Amino acid sequence: MHIVDRRLNPGGKSLVNRQRFLRRARAYVQKAVRDSLKDRGIRELDKEGEISIGRDAIYEPTFHRAATGGNRERVLPGNHDYVEGDRIKRPEGGEGAGADAGQGEGNDDFQFVLSREEFLDLFLDDLELPDLAKRRLVGGEIDGIRRAGYSTAGSPSNLSVPRTMQKAMGRRMALRRPSGAELERIEDEIAAIEARDPPRPEDAGLLERLREDRAHIIRRRNLIAYIDPVDLRYRRFEAVPRPVAQAVMFCLMDVSGSMSEHMKDLAKRFFALLHLFLSRCYEHVEVVFIHHTDRAAEVDEQTFFYSTVTGGTLVSSALDKLIEVAADRYRPDNWNIYVAQASDGDNMMQDNPRVVSLMQDHILPMAQYVAYLEVGREEFPDATMMQSMTTLWQAYAPVAEAHRHFVMRKVAHRREIYPVFRELFQRRGVGERARS
Amino acid sequence: MDVRAETPLFTGSDWDFALVNRIYDAIEPIAVDEMKLNVYPNQLEIISSEQMLDAYSSVGMPLFYKHWSFGKQFVTNEMLYRKGLRGLAYELVINSNPCISYIMQENSAMMQTLVIAHAAFGHNHFFKNNYLFRQWTDADGILDYLEFAKRYIAQCEERHGQLAVERVLDAAHALMNQGVHRYPRVRPRDLRHEAEREAERQAYRDRIYDDLWRTVPVGAKAATVERDERLAALGLPQENILYFLEKSGPRLEAWQREILRIVRLIAQYFYPQRQTKAMNEGAATYTHYRIMTTLHERGQITDGAFLEFLQSHTGVVYQPTYDSGHFSSFNPYALGFGIMTDVERICMDPTQEDREWFGAIAGSCDPLEVLKDIWANYRDESFISQFLSPRLIRQWRLFKILDRESDSEVRVDAIHDERGYRRIRRALAREYDIGQQEPDIQVVDVDLAGDRTLMLEHVVVNGVLLDAGDTAKVLQNLANLWGYEVALSEVDAGNRKELKSHRSQPLSGWMR
Repeated sequence: MHIVDRRLNPGGKSLVNRQRFLRRARAYVQKAVRDSLKDRGIRELDKEGEISIGRDAIYEPTFHRAATGGNRERVLPGNHDYVEGDRIKRPEGGEGAGADAGQGEGNDDFQFVLSREEFLDLFLDDLELPDLAKRRLVGGEIDGIRRAGYSTAGSPSNLSVPRTMQKAMGRRMALRRPSGAELERIEDEIAAIEARDPPRPEDAGLLERLREDRAHIIRRRNLIAYIDPVDLRYRRFEAVPRPVAQAVMFCLMDVSGSMSEHMKDLAKRFFALLHLFLSRCYEHVEVVFIHHTDRAAEVDEQTFFYSTVTGGTLVSSALDKLIEVAADRYRPDNWNIYVAQASDGDNMMQDNPRVVSLMQDHILPMAQYVAYLEVGREEFPDATMMQSMTTLWQAYAPVAEAHRHFVMRKVAHRREIYPVFRELFQRRGVGERARS
Repeated sequence: MDVRAETPLFTGSDWDFALVNRIYDAIEPIAVDEMKLNVYPNQLEIISSEQMLDAYSSVGMPLFYKHWSFGKQFVTNEMLYRKGLRGLAYELVINSNPCISYIMQENSAMMQTLVIAHAAFGHNHFFKNNYLFRQWTDADGILDYLEFAKRYIAQCEERHGQLAVERVLDAAHALMNQGVHRYPRVRPRDLRHEAEREAERQAYRDRIYDDLWRTVPVGAKAATVERDERLAALGLPQENILYFLEKSGPRLEAWQREILRIVRLIAQYFYPQRQTKAMNEGAATYTHYRIMTTLHERGQITDGAFLEFLQSHTGVVYQPTYDSGHFSSFNPYALGFGIMTDVERICMDPTQEDREWFGAIAGSCDPLEVLKDIWANYRDESFISQFLSPRLIRQWRLFKILDRESDSEVRVDAIHDERGYRRIRRALAREYDIGQQEPDIQVVDVDLAGDRTLMLEHVVVNGVLLDAGDTAKVLQNLANLWGYEVALSEVDAGNRKELKSHRSQPLSGWMR
């Protein structure tokens, strides 16, 4: 008898099968993942999660008999008081006394658990960050380096031997450099003739011709080098600017009395999504929370979402704060800056010009992407909100026209958050990109 | 041998390798010397629960080819396990030589004892001696064959793409139950050389290929083949659909045929297990019960451990009644173990009734010999129809119901009385007859003169038709493999009247 300890064997034997299963059901799983957002708190977004998909996608059919119809017999245990000939009402929805209850697969959904990575992959699939690589590092910083073909000059350590030899061989063939074998053959012939004893009469002439040939070959071989400096090829590298691997995300929110809990919830969901998404694109993401009424302040997350402050509404105060913080801690040449602003759209009319100028002249030039989310009341669906133009919307509308990396959307209900988010970050076709 | 051991094998629930060795050394003499079990050499493998989950999803085999359906299995099992809806089996045993038993590291010392007795001796003996396993499976070569299958399919994926291979596997899996030979005895095959044989077959096909045949001018149209000749040439009727496709499918490539063959051979390997569920588990349960009791009698396991064993054992052989709410079908452990302990009783202490019913074995006083003979020579169906005793029918209060389509009510056809014993026994045996439980579907003809339609027939017994939705899906797969139209007609077993027919066209572009 042997005992084998297999516990230390590499696990995950089923990983491949699992991946194949997910690939097979991908379309369904993706839909389920997006649907599951409805029931998920935004905080649990990046946890592993249980999802269920229709059985159709992954059904494995077999030939088997139908569950109903025909004449059937069955033996069951646990008779209490039946005697032969008794008649029993047929149970609803199945044949004989609960028969086959365990067999029918039923039409219920197929449930399983996705790991965190799988969940996020599917969830954020086909989204991309706009202008991820726009911001380049200026000189002095380390760039990425990548191979870029061959060059005729370079340092000896970069010499590409195969490529050089290839060139050399081509040149030798083109110039018809006599090969070593040819030289050897002639020398052999000369040796053979010289060795003849007694020499034949024609040998002298033959030898002379052969020696001449040999001299010619040697001269040609000396003239045409085996490897010539023109053959040398070096591996070429070029520096590739790498996008900064860190980003800062500014969350701006109006916390004045007009913002209801519902609106804050919407905003929070959007911010959470954006944060999740940025975390996947950048190694390091920092978040700055700025709330404002008629004054703005940088606060922590808890205060940001859960405190109410009384006061009027002055959007420019938040933008000022943003510019101040950015100048202070997040210099645009080191940081990718993302701005997400949520508001119910209220602003003092006379503040609008200043808001627009701050946005256009200061924030947009330094930011990668600015998203303005206008949250509406739940109780007023599309009709009122979507048509009426709030003060801030009016101010921002021309800005959005003029700048591609400024976007604005209206959201009134939780279920719209994700579609809007997707719309904003959807991977765009090349054509569209070129046009804009 | 009634010597009581000085100290028990273990007292706590912890175990280590030395203890497993001691346990094995304590069990082996009981199993081999006293019970005279005939087993393959044992190999115990300790695995973690994660690895058990892995093993689950590849039908319990240590290595298997890759397919998404195993991934589906895996995610289901994983979720049920994590949510605590289902525990994992304590062991898994593979019918191979040496016999490999997986035991989990989470098991207590008592559990390891139980599992070794159950799997390494009970199942092992059954695998080695039951006629079905001896006839149909090759315990020596199965692991090598699986290794070959895994490699072959991986190679196909590299050469032809994962999707193309997956399509063939999907289709083959759908027909897996129709991929077994039920009647003729296969000659013992040396599966180890299967890979070489495949290479030889391919080489032979290459050798006899002659491009000349393509250019031979087509002569006058050949005379129509008589039906009988055609059927004989195609080996029809044929119930092994995968075999038929492998040999006669007109549009399959060599590698596709080989994949069908792999799926078919694996289905064949598992075929005996499907026919001996109750017996196999019964034999293993009977063995572990006997061994554990002996160990306890000799003081090698403590009273506490024995109680722990009894609790687990009674859980395993629990049979809920039909109205308990937990009933789905008979528990194979309960059925097998119940009948086997009853046989023991009949041998040792028969009543008058037993003598009438079981004259041959009643009072033979050697239950183990009788049981070993049963384990070797019966399958579930014949086992039940021979050895389910009236006493057991009374004890379990079995009754038989008849559900006729024409009646609005279900009729109680037989109960545990003099008139009912035989009828109940026959009906229960039929429920375990795989030939009765699985639809009888055969390839009956091919329209060679016309559009090459493949014709199948389902012989309908008792008016129970095939499930229409699934049938359409399987037929689609079959048509894809066949390459032309496929027609299945459901024919009544009695009057040969066609009750229903299904047709399916191959998907264009499925076969490139």
